[in-house]
Parts: sequence; C-alpha cells; structure tokens
Amino acid sequence: MSNPLAYARFELLRTFRNRRLYIFSLGFPLVLYYAIAGPNRNEHDLGGTGISAPLYFMVGLAAFGAMNAVLGSGARIAAERSVGWNRQLRLTPLSTRTYFRVKVATAYVMGILTIALLYVAGATLGVHLQAGNWLAMTGLVLIGLAPFAALGILLGHLLTSDSVGPAIGGTTAVFALLGGTWFPITSGAMQKLAEALPSYWLVQASHVGLGEHGWGTTGWLVVVAWTVGAAVLARRAYARDTQKV
Amino acid sequence: MARSGGIELRGLEKTFSSPAGAVRAVRGIDVEVHEGETVALLGPNGAGKSTTVDMLLGLQRPDAGTVAVFGGPPEQAVGAGRVGAMLQEGGVLRDLTVRELVAMMAALFPEPLDVDEALRLAQLSEITDRRSERLSGGERQRLRFAVALVSDPDLLVLDEPTVGMDVESRRAFWSTVRELSAHGKTFLFATHYLEEADAYADRVVLMAHGRVVADGPPTEIKAIVGSRTIRATLPDVPLEELERLTGVTHAERHGESVALACSNSDAALRELIVRHPEARDIEVRGAGLEDAFVQLTTGEEVAA
Repeated sequence: MSNPLAYARFELLRTFRNRRLYIFSLGFPLVLYYAIAGPNRNEHDLGGTGISAPLYFMVGLAAFGAMNAVLGSGARIAAERSVGWNRQLRLTPLSTRTYFRVKVATAYVMGILTIALLYVAGATLGVHLQAGNWLAMTGLVLIGLAPFAALGILLGHLLTSDSVGPAIGGTTAVFALLGGTWFPITSGAMQKLAEALPSYWLVQASHVGLGEHGWGTTGWLVVVAWTVGAAVLARRAYARDTQKV
Repeated sequence: MARSGGIELRGLEKTFSSPAGAVRAVRGIDVEVHEGETVALLGPNGAGKSTTVDMLLGLQRPDAGTVAVFGGPPEQAVGAGRVGAMLQEGGVLRDLTVRELVAMMAALFPEPLDVDEALRLAQLSEITDRRSERLSGGERQRLRFAVALVSDPDLLVLDEPTVGMDVESRRAFWSTVRELSAHGKTFLFATHYLEEADAYADRVVLMAHGRVVADGPPTEIKAIVGSRTIRATLPDVPLEELERLTGVTHAERHGESVALACSNSDAALRELIVRHPEARDIEVRGAGLEDAFVQLTTGEEVAA
C-alpha cells in the first residue's frame, strides 16, 4: 500500500532542514515583535484603548507572521518545480488531492509554529489571556489562513524560483498594509477595499484576542470566496504544470 | 494490437511554438515496444526523443496520434504504479539524504521495492546518508535511477540515463538494467550514444528531425549509421575510379585529399592501398551519428 503519511513526514523533514525558511518565516516576526513591543512593554493603555502594547503587537504579528509563513511554504513549490520534482511526482500514483493536503498541512505546521512562538514571546513580555480567548483567537486565525495556504500553492505554480521570492514579499507587504496589520484602516474607501481582502479578516481574527468579536457574515464570505477561488486556480495551475520549467 | 501489452505509439505529432516560429518536434511517429523488450530510442539532440518520452508518459499531450501503455492511456499505467521513469532533469530534491529521497518516493507506490534493495541496484549503498545537493553528476544520475526503480515498475523509461556517469558507473548501470530485464521488465531508453544502443538494446528505433528513420535490430541500425569514411591525400585520381573500389559508396574531393564514404571500410582500405600505393595520410573514421542522420534525412528535410 502506498503511504501518504510517510510521504508527508519527508515533506516536513525537508521543511525543517531548510534553515533560511526558519530564519525568515519564524525568526523575522519574532525579532520584529521584540523590537516593537519590547520598548513599550509597560504601556498598558495603548492609544487610550485599554489594551496593553505587548498584547496588541503579539496578536498582530502572530497574524502577519503566520500569513508570511503559510504563503512562503507554498512558494517553495516554485523551487521544486525548477528541479523537475513535480514532473517526477506526475509519474507516481500520488493523487492531486493528497498532494494538496500534504502541501496545506506543511504550510499550516509553519503557520502554527509561528503563532506559538509569538504567544511564548508575548508571555515573556507579560501577556495574559483567558484560555477561552486564546482558543477562540487561534481557531479563527487558523481558518483565516486558509486563503493564504491556497494562494501560496497557486503562486508556487505560476512563478519561477527566481521571481517567487520578491513576489511573495510584495504580496505579503500589500496584504499586510491594506489589511490593517500595521495601522488601523480608517478612511471609508480604504475600509471598503480592506474588507474585500483576506488579510483584513485575518487581522480581525487575531483581534479576538483583544476582546473583539471576530467576523460577521461579510468576513466569512470574503474568506471562503478567496479560499475557494485560490484553490480552484491552484488546482488548475497544478493540472497544467507538466512541462519543463 | 491488443496482443501488445507494452507500448504503442501511433501517428504521434507534437509542435511547439517558439519565438523563432513553430518547432515541429515530433512529426508523426509509430513505435511499438513489446512486453519484456529493451528498446533504444537513438538520435542526435533535437531529434524529438525527449518529447516522445514525455508524450509516452502522459506529461505532454500529443497534437495528433495515440499513446497506449499496457493497453490503456499512460495516466492509467502511471496511476497503477506500473511505470518508472528517469527524466533528464528531475526527481532530486534538496535537503534530503539519498536514502530519504528514495524512501519518500517509495511511499507513493502500492508495492515498492525494499529501499535498501533499490539503493543497491543503483549502486548507492555507499552514500545512502549523503545529502542530495552534495552529489556529483554521476551520483545524482544514479539517484534518479533509484527513484525510477524503487516502485518496482513493469516499464522503465530512461531519458539519456548515463549522461554524467563515469565509465565504471555506466558499466554497473547497464548490468543492473540487464538484471532487471532478465526478470521480465520492459525498458525504453533514449540515448545519443550508438554504442549503448548497440550493446544493450534488443531493438533500436532511430529518430531524426522528429521522425523514425529506421527501426530494427542493433546490427541493422549499426550498418546504417555506423558507416565509416576513409580520408587520404591522393591527387590526380578521378573520383569515378575511387567509387568503383569495393565497399565505397561515394567519393568526394577536397583539393588534394579525398573522402570515401564506405559500407565496408576494411575491404575498401585494402583495395585502395593495392591500387593506389601513392595514397598518403590515410585516416579511417566513424561517420558519427550526426553525419549519418544528416545523410539519412537530407532529402526529407528539403521536402518538409
């Protein structure tokens, strides 16, 4: 019998052996967090909101870092394609479904690790939350990552290994900026645009940790639409991708 | 046709668009490989071998014609794990050891070989723990071989399998192919080395410019492409006289020197020396695959 779990295990092993991935996916948000939240660790009423700075930046960077990690994980497909790995995979009984499941699972492992590290970092700066709050926030953030898992796989199939780095960097930056990761979106037109992006809802999901209420109907619709749209396109890109890169 | 459990390619055509215009990579070929046979697809670079291999494996869809592998479409044979392939560029991921990469592949197949056995067959037992990104060209090629055979397939398709291997690895590689072939596996390998096709194939399919120009036992193909040319400095002898020598098919003059294309260079040489003892700087050379192909296909090229 074929053994998809063993295959997934090697896929993870590869991921953990890739040092650059660690540094950029896991290390970068952590460094950023200490750089921003560290000096403000005693600020307990950020902008008059009653929210502590370490908590505010922890949830924001958990969302941003996880988005980055999940997108980047899919983007590695571009490098795999460039050495002909995907053509070789076509010559195995591996189903499209299993291929996507393993890719999404690997991306999620990276996302979850990023979130966990940020939580630990938050704790070192004195962040305290109710267990229910942690869980509600984490659960919604994980759902909010789904469109990015699909987008990462899509970009990994559309781009070459040379162009995928800058493309992912740019995508992350635009999503983060327009999604309100760095500063709240206030103007009306910007707000409309932001609400159409999955990154906005990912940030909203992380704000459950700040006592906000998560997503209404619009949020769920936007996240589901992006996930389905990107997944359909990714699947099509995978099906077409049998030629040399 | 149902009798063939192997491969059947019928009227295959494939054209690519490129900045320089359409490239007709494969121009209508028919190839049959029977179960248990070892067949070489021989031709110079650009003959359409790799495109044919891609279509045979279902990696590219032909513009026209049909592919049957074990009586069905290639996807079906691949899905059943019956096909192993060594592509020209493929199958070597970084950040894994030799053994891990082979085990990763094995995990995708229903009834794979024991990983150690696959490593042994591909002469990788000494370097099982080396990272794939630290392999030499020949070792990398052997790793591709292990990846292709670990699934214990019925058909192995090898595209230029020995490129980058040293003499020793080549010999070991072919002895493994023979061993597996003796167990009933079917092999199709693409190569541009006449010697390999001659030594290891039951049958040779000769390709040039996207067409099959000959298909037969190695001896027959060798007679076609293995012709030799005698060169000598020999002024003042009419070409017609040289063309009458036994074993000479064609004679050309370049200044003082002549070039004699031969079907039997041994006989031609003996007679040349007896009749024209003044001939100097005598040189006998294999015509080379490229030259042979050019000769074989010149007429067709003009027609195309």
